[in-house]
Amino acid sequence: MIYLKLFWAFIQVGLFSIGGGYAALPLIQSQVVDTYGWLDMGEFADIITISQMTPGPIAINTATFTGTRIAGVPGAVVATLGCVLPSFVIVLIFAILYKKYKNLKYVRGVLGGLQPTVVGLIASAGLAIVVYALWNGGNASFSIGSVDLVALGLIAAGIFFVRKFKPNPVLIILGAGIIGGLLYSLI
Amino acid sequence: MFAWEAAGLKHHAGFYLKLFWYTFQLSAFTVGGGYVIVPMMKKQFVEKLGWLEEDEMLNFTAIAQSSPGAIAVNASVLLGYHLAGIPGALLTVFATVLPPLILLSVIAVGYKAFIGNEIIRNILTGMQAGVCAVIIDVVIDMSRTMVKTKRIVPVLLMLGAFIAVAVFNVNVMYVILTGALVGFISAMRKPGKEDKK
Repeated sequence: MIYLKLFWAFIQVGLFSIGGGYAALPLIQSQVVDTYGWLDMGEFADIITISQMTPGPIAINTATFTGTRIAGVPGAVVATLGCVLPSFVIVLIFAILYKKYKNLKYVRGVLGGLQPTVVGLIASAGLAIVVYALWNGGNASFSIGSVDLVALGLIAAGIFFVRKFKPNPVLIILGAGIIGGLLYSLI
Repeated sequence: MFAWEAAGLKHHAGFYLKLFWYTFQLSAFTVGGGYVIVPMMKKQFVEKLGWLEEDEMLNFTAIAQSSPGAIAVNASVLLGYHLAGIPGALLTVFATVLPPLILLSVIAVGYKAFIGNEIIRNILTGMQAGVCAVIIDVVIDMSRTMVKTKRIVPVLLMLGAFIAVAVFNVNVMYVILTGALVGFISAMRKPGKEDKK
């Protein structure tokens, strides 16, 4: 039963990929490429490229992509469901515990230590994304001269608009997409 | 009591529709990794809708990072449960999974053409710059808030976490554990501050 196999393979991906994102890649590869042979390494590399370009977690993207290629849209739904189910159950338990105990002294203490830590983590993720955008995904050499000037201009303009007019961030991202699409295509 | 009750939100169809729509947007524009969901969540749910406190959002992010699975999915479960219990969590997970599910099942068929298309690539590169702007803006605000507390331990934790990951490539799990441990110890050293009701 291909649906059951898909479901089971992606339950394992969902359950054991702690840390998210690229930490999950070896696990996904072992299921999808090595164990079941649903994708070859070339296709697996392509799905990573697609994931960098499109929204959505890489595990979900791979689940949908693999599911569609193996068993059409129902396959995509089953694989995605498998991928999400373990985190849904586990995080729901955490959510219930959090709600119940968040006001305890030690829980507040731990959370008080986690909040600034998370801000630091977000900043470092932000830095990685900015570097990726300014130096074309790390393909160019890291020097001032090789900065993508269009990206730099878009980021500067974006920050200006976000801070000045506080619009829906979706508008900033879409606007940068349209203007960037035009500029890159013309230059 | 759930947050929607506290905020006086009616448990009606309009509320669920809004929750679905904003979570859908959150997911549809989280390009470039799980943490991008945080700036989006802050802009929409904290600042615009006022359904969530910034502290709470950071707690969710820490729990989401420490649980198995994708950060964006995990954060949406926490958000949904916080706002409307288990039905809320089901709704937000559905809304989070839907954009990549639709997009990828379409792309999977002719994906070579998608990757190779110059114009699509250009638009997506532009969108990435937009994401950078949003994340820089939010990082400025959040780190300023931390500095304004004028407490030395949180500021050190923030800088330490940033340097550990950005410069020394330390595994994020260790960074989180360190933050939790420091928080626990500082709670131990604060006698008298008892459990809050």
